[in-house]
Amino acid sequence: MSDVFKVGTHEFTSRLIVGSGKYKDFETTKLATEASEAEMITVAVRRVNITDMGKENLLDYIDPKKYTILPNTAGCFNAEDAVRTLRLAREAGGWNLVKLEVLGDTETLYPNVVETIKAAETLVAEDFEVMVYTNDDPIVARRLEEIGCVAVMPLGNPIGSGRGLANPFNIRVIKQRANVPIVVDAGIGTASDAAKALELGADAALINTAIAEAKDECMMARAMCDAVRAGRGAFLAGRMPKRAFASASSPTEGYIWD
Amino acid sequence: MQIQLNGEDTQVSAGNLTELVVELGLEQRMIAIERNMEVVPKSEYATTKLEENDRIELVHMIGGG
Repeated sequence: MSDVFKVGTHEFTSRLIVGSGKYKDFETTKLATEASEAEMITVAVRRVNITDMGKENLLDYIDPKKYTILPNTAGCFNAEDAVRTLRLAREAGGWNLVKLEVLGDTETLYPNVVETIKAAETLVAEDFEVMVYTNDDPIVARRLEEIGCVAVMPLGNPIGSGRGLANPFNIRVIKQRANVPIVVDAGIGTASDAAKALELGADAALINTAIAEAKDECMMARAMCDAVRAGRGAFLAGRMPKRAFASASSPTEGYIWD
Repeated sequence: MQIQLNGEDTQVSAGNLTELVVELGLEQRMIAIERNMEVVPKSEYATTKLEENDRIELVHMIGGG
C-alpha cells in the first residue's frame, strides 16, 4: 500500500524528518542521517566565518541532490529576522520549502506565536512553502493553516528537552481539525515518543537532539525510523478500543469441566 | 575600501560582489549575500558594485534542527 507523505508540492516516503544540529562531527551527521532513512533534513543559516572558514561544510556530507534541505530560522526572535534568513536560504540553494520558527525566549525556546504569524504571512505572500513550528495550540494551528502554511508543526515539549509529548490530547485535536500535514517537532526523546506521535495521527515527526545526543547515534536513528513506521502503521490500522474491564482472548465455552 | 562584512569592519579590494566572493575564496561554496538588507541574486553579483560602508551579510548552511 502506498502511503505518501505530501507536504505542499513535495512528496516523501519517509515520515521522519531529521535535524543536522548538535552532532560531534560531519561524518556522524552523514551516517546517522543515512541510518534514519529520512529524506528531509533541516539546516541552519549562519554567517560565514570569514577569518576561519574551515575546509569542510555540512553540505559536503549532506548532499542537497539526495536530500530535501529544509532551511530553518532557528535563533530568530522576530518576524523580520526570520523572513531575511529564509530569503537568504532560498537564494543560496533555491530551497522554497522552509521551516519557520520564531522563538520567544532563550530559556524555554517556546515559539513567539505573534511574530510567527507575522512571518508566515509575509513568507506565504512571497511563495515560500512554509512548514511552521508552533505551540500545541489548536486555535493557532488552524490560524497558521488559514494563512497558507503547508504544514503545521506543534511542539511535543521544549526543543532539546527530550521529555516526549506533554499534551497528546492536543496533538490529536490539532490533527483532527487540520487539512495540512501535522508534524510533531521538538520534545521527542526516544523511540516510543516518536511512535506515540504517529499513533496519535501526526503525519510525521521532526527529530534532532534525540538522535544526535544518543550514545550510539546511528542505532538511535534506526530506532526512530522503525518507531515512526510502527506508529504510522498502528494509526492506519486503527487501534482497538480501550475498555474499563478485561475481555478474554480465549473462547469462553467448550471448557473440559463443563 | 571599507565595508561592514558580517558585522565586522573589513578592508576589501573587490569592486563588486563577484570579486568579493573570489577575494574570500568562496566560489565553490553554497552561499547567499545580503547587501544593505536586500538579498542579491547570484545573477546580479557582477553588476552589484560595492560602495564604501556597505553592510554585507554572507551566509551559508550549517547544522541545525
